[in-house]
Amino acid sequence: MDWPALSVSLRLAALTSLLLIPLGLWLGRTLALSRFRGKPLCEALVALPLVMPPTVLGFYLMQSFGQQAPFGAVWASLTGTTLNFTFSGILLASLVTNLPFAVQPIQRAFESIPPNLREAAWCSGLSPGRTLWRIELPLVWPGLVSALALTFAHTLGEFGVILMVGGSIDGETRTLAIAIYDRVQAFDESGAAVMSAMLLLVSFLTIGVVYGLAGRRRWRRG
Amino acid sequence: MAEPELPASQARLAVQLQQAGPIPLDADFHCEPGELLALVGPSGSGKTTLLRAIAGLYRPARGVIHCAGETWFDAEAGRSLRPQQRRVGLVFQDYALFPHLDARANVMVALDHLPAAERGRAAEQWLARVRLDGLAGRLPSELSGGQRQRVALARALARSPRVLLLDEPFSAVDQVTRRRLQRELALLREEIHIPIVLVTHDLDEAAALADRLCVLHAGRSLQQAPAEQLFRRPASPEVARLLDRHNVFTGRVAADDEGRRLQWGPWRLEVAEGLAGLRPGQRVSWYLPPSDVVLHRRGRPSRGERENPVQGQVVEMAVLGGITSVALAFDHCDDTLRFELPTHAARRNGLARGEAVGVSLLADGIHLMPDAPVTHPDR
Repeated sequence: MDWPALSVSLRLAALTSLLLIPLGLWLGRTLALSRFRGKPLCEALVALPLVMPPTVLGFYLMQSFGQQAPFGAVWASLTGTTLNFTFSGILLASLVTNLPFAVQPIQRAFESIPPNLREAAWCSGLSPGRTLWRIELPLVWPGLVSALALTFAHTLGEFGVILMVGGSIDGETRTLAIAIYDRVQAFDESGAAVMSAMLLLVSFLTIGVVYGLAGRRRWRRG
Repeated sequence: MAEPELPASQARLAVQLQQAGPIPLDADFHCEPGELLALVGPSGSGKTTLLRAIAGLYRPARGVIHCAGETWFDAEAGRSLRPQQRRVGLVFQDYALFPHLDARANVMVALDHLPAAERGRAAEQWLARVRLDGLAGRLPSELSGGQRQRVALARALARSPRVLLLDEPFSAVDQVTRRRLQRELALLREEIHIPIVLVTHDLDEAAALADRLCVLHAGRSLQQAPAEQLFRRPASPEVARLLDRHNVFTGRVAADDEGRRLQWGPWRLEVAEGLAGLRPGQRVSWYLPPSDVVLHRRGRPSRGERENPVQGQVVEMAVLGGITSVALAFDHCDDTLRFELPTHAARRNGLARGEAVGVSLLADGIHLMPDAPVTHPDR
């Protein structure tokens, strides 16, 4: 059992979810509530990682993370480190890859709130901030939980993008999914089996806990 | 415009809004404290938009809204209070209850101005006032349509609003519930002394509940008057049509030795008032309420027969229970004259399609609407 790989996988999944949820809330709500000319383009950009082969996405990310690319150069000048083959690099790649999993459920949830509920809250005296907290967030809660579950589970299982950007560095970029691939390449099938079972268990537990959270609501629309 | 001095008129709601598009508006109306004003008109006439503008949910291009001595909206001065600052109670057409909160919590949302400890009790008192005691713990999905409407009303009133706005509040419930809720609103009015604006497309509802009606068409306010006056004295043929009034005709002002008359086809009609201000030969639209048409009884002359007798042909007879609706056609005009009479009276007089009958058009009922553009006297 490759414990450092499990640790990298869990850290990556937790950090990706933690960072993507606030971003998904903001972006999902903005896309749901506003109408502007470039909206379909924005939605297409957000959804792009869903339809691209992971290796293609990984290839472009790897290219832009390089120090010759503008993004990689700016990152290097700001932090003094590079992105390719580092944990920061695979975290950033993971954020990009998982954007649609975080944004889309939240956007759908906000879209399903009737607009006059927000207006009723304003007429009742609630500020926009308190309306978000007391009315909108409880109503989008299931969408939020599903965004969290999808992001976490998808990050645990991500393979292609992480391999392209991070390679397989022990304790730094080798996730459990990559470790399994390495074991199989080395004809260590029993090692791969143990780790596969572990990944299966962790994924199942995460989804179970998250759906348990989402199911705890009494109200329904009516 | 100077602010009114009296406390009573300070609490008045005064609305003047204009814009060319996207939703055309040209409305001018007011509502006194304790008064119920109904905005009536066909769908798309801008009723709900006006209500939303009063609530601060819609911002028209031009105009002013004053309420409770404050300026809520003044386009020229660039002033527009947020909905939170206006203190309006708004009952939405679909009630817009918060589905994740029970009835008590729905009302408590509007009670943020009270100390936290008092909100729960105050919410229950409001629910009791709309006769929902015992249902405070129910979610909206566990309430009937009528009960939801009451929660929405309690929530709207809980903030001690300066104006109560009701957007088609009875349209989503069955007829029995509707009558009960209407009766309760009539009773509630005795307790709250703020302007109440009701939006409805149901003329009977407006006539039954409102002190005054404001007729709207394409965003334009055409006439404001109590229902009785509106139905007997519409300001224009357009208003008459919007109020589903028939019996709008055109005639000419005629002058003879006996004074001025209304020339309608072959008949010179006596008119109680309105002819004096018109010049002979002028074209004029006129309206006659169906109640002011008197049928001449066969073989037995009755009182009033001398008054504007005319002869027509029955072209339509619709029996609606105890009432029969009759339409008469005349050779000189395309429009029919409609009136109603008890079905037994129609039978006794042998009324039938194709028969020629005589009726009197009561001079008091004839209402003249000169073909001039409708103007607002105060503009």
